[in-house]
Amino acid sequence: MSGVWVVLEEREGRIGRISWEAIAAGQQLGAQTGLQVNAATVGAQTEPLAAEAAAKALARVMRVEHPLLAVYTADGFSLALEQLFRAEQPDYVIFPHTYRVRDYAPALAARLGQPLIGDVVAVGEGPVFTRQLMQGRLNGGYRHLGDGPCFFSVQAGAFRAEATETGKAEVATFTPVIEPAQIRTRPGERFRGSAQTVDLGSASLIVSVGRGIKDPENIPLVQELATALGAELAASRPICDNGWLPLERQVGSSGQTVSPKLYLAVGISGAIQHLVGMKGSQCVVAINKDPDAPIFEVADYGIVGDLFEVVPALTDAVKAAKQ
Amino acid sequence: MKIVVATKQVPERDALVRIDAAGKWIDESDLQYALNEPDAYALEEALQLKEKHGGEVVVVSAGPERVGSTIREALAKGADRAIRIDCDDLGAWDSLGVARLLAAAVKPENPDLILTGLQSDDLGYGQTGVVLAELLGLPHASLILHVEMTDAGFTVKRELEEGWFQTVELPTPAVLTIQSGGNKLRYATLMGIKRAKTKEVRCVTPAELGIEAAPIAVLERVTLPQKQKSTQILSGSAKEAAAALVEKLKFEVRVL
Repeated sequence: MSGVWVVLEEREGRIGRISWEAIAAGQQLGAQTGLQVNAATVGAQTEPLAAEAAAKALARVMRVEHPLLAVYTADGFSLALEQLFRAEQPDYVIFPHTYRVRDYAPALAARLGQPLIGDVVAVGEGPVFTRQLMQGRLNGGYRHLGDGPCFFSVQAGAFRAEATETGKAEVATFTPVIEPAQIRTRPGERFRGSAQTVDLGSASLIVSVGRGIKDPENIPLVQELATALGAELAASRPICDNGWLPLERQVGSSGQTVSPKLYLAVGISGAIQHLVGMKGSQCVVAINKDPDAPIFEVADYGIVGDLFEVVPALTDAVKAAKQ
Repeated sequence: MKIVVATKQVPERDALVRIDAAGKWIDESDLQYALNEPDAYALEEALQLKEKHGGEVVVVSAGPERVGSTIREALAKGADRAIRIDCDDLGAWDSLGVARLLAAAVKPENPDLILTGLQSDDLGYGQTGVVLAELLGLPHASLILHVEMTDAGFTVKRELEEGWFQTVELPTPAVLTIQSGGNKLRYATLMGIKRAKTKEVRCVTPAELGIEAAPIAVLERVTLPQKQKSTQILSGSAKEAAAALVEKLKFEVRVL
């Protein structure tokens, strides 16, 4: 067995923030278990990434490289890492919980006869892995049984990238055997859905609306509050899915990431996909009828009540205060 | 074209969930259930493909008898028949185990396309479709919003992070996990509900499929999350709470 392995992911040519967080999780687990911690970079040419990672307190950084890994495919990445982990026999394999990891890590784990414990927010003694259930309303503590490698992925923001210890790691290269015919899918170039004309990222005040609004006819109620405050109107995914507001106003993992001075969430329960897009806000206010809604976990101020009563009252109060 | 849609029944989104007495799962008494929302989009995509290209839509779902109600709903919307994997103890299976059950039930069907929602609203593992593809030896693509048939297979629109998308081409047969929002969901018609009553729902047991629950990832304890911030709740009538909030926005947050 060869300890803990962290699979790193590149963002704009550098190691992405959530991958540093995965290293932090790996170092914490290493300290808990006394196992050595290694990292892997995957691609056609990953020398700069490996060099970045080698400045951390890791035993080894493995460059998993092959020309067929230049473009991401689930087949290529699963095959390459399967070969690495069959050779290295890890105790734990940690991934950042990104869209890409969701696409290939479960298949990779299954090849080694393992489930993936996905989207982990904490690793406690045992180890017990905490992940969210019921759209963030509950937490579940998971244990991994048996001796196969334990695969898990960590949620963005759950571990602190600043907490990674620096050091000097040995860099090595692993060359998997991949035949072109083994890559069954053909990915195209990335593209934007539509021209982004609304830049929520630079808005200082945002009023955001969720499922609680119930009907598209009720959207003007929230629009009026936004106008009174001088705020941009935003929404959670279901509102944009239903076409009640354009996609460019969506906040969350698939939409925009915002960090305004004020984020006022109206009728938004606060699923993790939404929270990752707005938890950098300086002040979060939540209006929701469910006192247990996860949005209250990140809110500074909360009003538990019927938004159809609270929002008009708030619009009036804001207007009066501005006069 | 034969399309299999793997679906799950989950507690309704608005349902009040309580932790059960043992602290190992939620209290299932008095709970209302519904079709997992991303699976509803997977079903919709399948029905639209069938309308365009002809063929058959088969729904497969694992769970206890109550799952029959969401299966009937799918049949009423237009699916042709269904397979229910009879499983009273779904909680005793991990993500790999459930995918093995589904794979064993789906394999003899030899479908051209398998669709499922990208994740469930209750456990949220988000991996059943991807593991199902792996177990069946099929290519897959995840987070798919649109599916088009081509001469060689499928061209799909895949969602990436931060508002980006990508087109992926796959050969037939393939597995796709469907993201919410790609289509408008249909309602069952009265005629559809009537017809659903006569459609075939075949029931199989894990033993008949030759699969045993051998969980590796085990959910041991369910707890309430700890708050990341201490939320100041502004109480009173709507008017009082609104006035209190305006005070905060003016003097503490300083945005008014």
